[in-house]
Amino acid sequence: MTSNVGNFLTKILGLVVVLILVYFTLFIGDDIAHNLQGIWQLISGEADKYQSIVVWQWRASRLFSAMIIGAALGISGAVFQSLVRNPLGSPDITGFNVGAFTGVLISIALFGNLYWYSVIGAIIGGLGAAILVYLFAYRDGHSGFRLIIVGIAISATLTAFNQWLSLTVSLETAMTAALWSAGSLNGMTWLRIMPATLLIVALVGLALLLNTRMKLLEMGDDTAAALGISVNKTRLIIMLIGVSLTAVATAITGPISFISLAAPQIARRLHPQRHITLVGSALVGALLLMSADFIAQHGLQNATLPVGLVTISLGGLYLVYLIIREGK
Amino acid sequence: MTQQSSQLSAVNTAETHTAKAALSTKSVTLAYEDNVIAKDLTVDIPQGKFTVIVGPNGCGKSTLLRSLSRLLVPQSGEILLNGENIHHQSTREVAKKLGLLPQSAIAPDGIKVIDLVSRGRFPHQKWFQPWSEADQQAVELAMQATGVIDFAEFNVDQLSGGQRQRVWVAMALAQETSLLLLDEPTTYLDIAHQIELMDLFQDLNQIQGHTLVAVLHDLNHACRYADHLIMIKAGEIIATGSPNEIVTEALIEQVFGLSCLILSDPISNTPLIIPRGRKTAN
Repeated sequence: MTSNVGNFLTKILGLVVVLILVYFTLFIGDDIAHNLQGIWQLISGEADKYQSIVVWQWRASRLFSAMIIGAALGISGAVFQSLVRNPLGSPDITGFNVGAFTGVLISIALFGNLYWYSVIGAIIGGLGAAILVYLFAYRDGHSGFRLIIVGIAISATLTAFNQWLSLTVSLETAMTAALWSAGSLNGMTWLRIMPATLLIVALVGLALLLNTRMKLLEMGDDTAAALGISVNKTRLIIMLIGVSLTAVATAITGPISFISLAAPQIARRLHPQRHITLVGSALVGALLLMSADFIAQHGLQNATLPVGLVTISLGGLYLVYLIIREGK
Repeated sequence: MTQQSSQLSAVNTAETHTAKAALSTKSVTLAYEDNVIAKDLTVDIPQGKFTVIVGPNGCGKSTLLRSLSRLLVPQSGEILLNGENIHHQSTREVAKKLGLLPQSAIAPDGIKVIDLVSRGRFPHQKWFQPWSEADQQAVELAMQATGVIDFAEFNVDQLSGGQRQRVWVAMALAQETSLLLLDEPTTYLDIAHQIELMDLFQDLNQIQGHTLVAVLHDLNHACRYADHLIMIKAGEIIATGSPNEIVTEALIEQVFGLSCLILSDPISNTPLIIPRGRKTAN
């Protein structure tokens, strides 16, 4: 019964944290609302135009983006860790972010700094890197560990290529690309997040549909095949869903690492039976990115950090912890 | 083939004319990429019997089992399940007829026994189809038959090796297939658990009417429990038939290069193989 109580407390605590985050993110600072009455005016639409725009057009869309992108990254991480049966299996480690950056660099170099071109470039780059990893790792089927190793290798190669590209293109292009590569939720308007949201919702739906198959694949290829799953085909589809989730998220915000690595593991520790669930990973991912973006906006007095910088710093610490734990 | 083995297979063909083959290979070539394990291999698994495949390490017995369970595509020849080419049927169709207990099964962290056994129902379920009465019944019967129903709510990692293996058998049983393939099911178990598991397989075969195929290392277990023994060496079938008919000192010498004495097992009246070892050789 204690685990039930613990589980209940975890949920209550999570909800409280989310409410506090939402409250502070939306209503605090810049003379937006001074008391509950001011907040009520904002909610009921009686506040003045300037304040409404700040809260509902700028801040709410940014908070919503953090939630959706965080959930997408969390699920993507859960999918990868399940496929490679390893907590290190994450799209950050296996080079899809770096591939997406390559795509953005090329798009900015060829077409200039156009938002939707960069988005498409990032998606193509991310998927391209994934296909490379998949092809190089293939030998009579796929072992999870080989996917990670090949992913790290492809990631290193593409990083070198990206640096060469940054040095070759004009300074302006390189600066724009570098800004993108920090990963940020700045300027996430409803117009920018909505198309991505539709894609992400569709991909999450597919992931949930394939959840049972994913769980059976975790028991080993032979066991899954014996239960009637076409192992290689299913793995390819699930991997494409995972890659697409990361690619879409990365395309609109730039690379935000650590979320997909950590969210499933944290979700597992919070689950009463220590299972990684897709929904749990999505919730933790959303909460992590919302918190990280809050720190990014309010952590320093006079500057807004890119959220990617916050997550990568926290992620570095978490990775060290994970490696020490695994090493024991 | 030696003269002896061709005589033996002649005897064997006479015998299998009466028993229908549930599963068979027709001159298959089995290989991992360029590494050919067996050439022109023809094997029949008789319906309703307990077939055991034995042979020295690396002889291709596990490879044969993998191909019989559709995990390995033969480079040539075909594999027939109930008379139909197994690769012309979908994985899911095959999974309704043929269950497999692989060596490499990984139990997910913290999974309950009942949840693991329930996963055996996957081939019978369709998209969006809720858990049915039939599913529940199959899972309960499987847990009863394997004696794990008392642990249903336990975590699989809490169980002993022998209990855990029975949970995997229960999962394969929940699949409700008439054929069950077992890849070295008793490896890593102590002798009492090995016998317990072999007795369970015997019950599944004799009482529940499952056709069983097992790869085993222990020759004496093979001789005691098998109705039908298949001896393989270097990718070739050396002898097939009931243990009493085929197991001789000469055959063991030929297949395993082991000098031995064969007695009659006082419990089961099957061949009991006593290795001579180096000390008492000659």
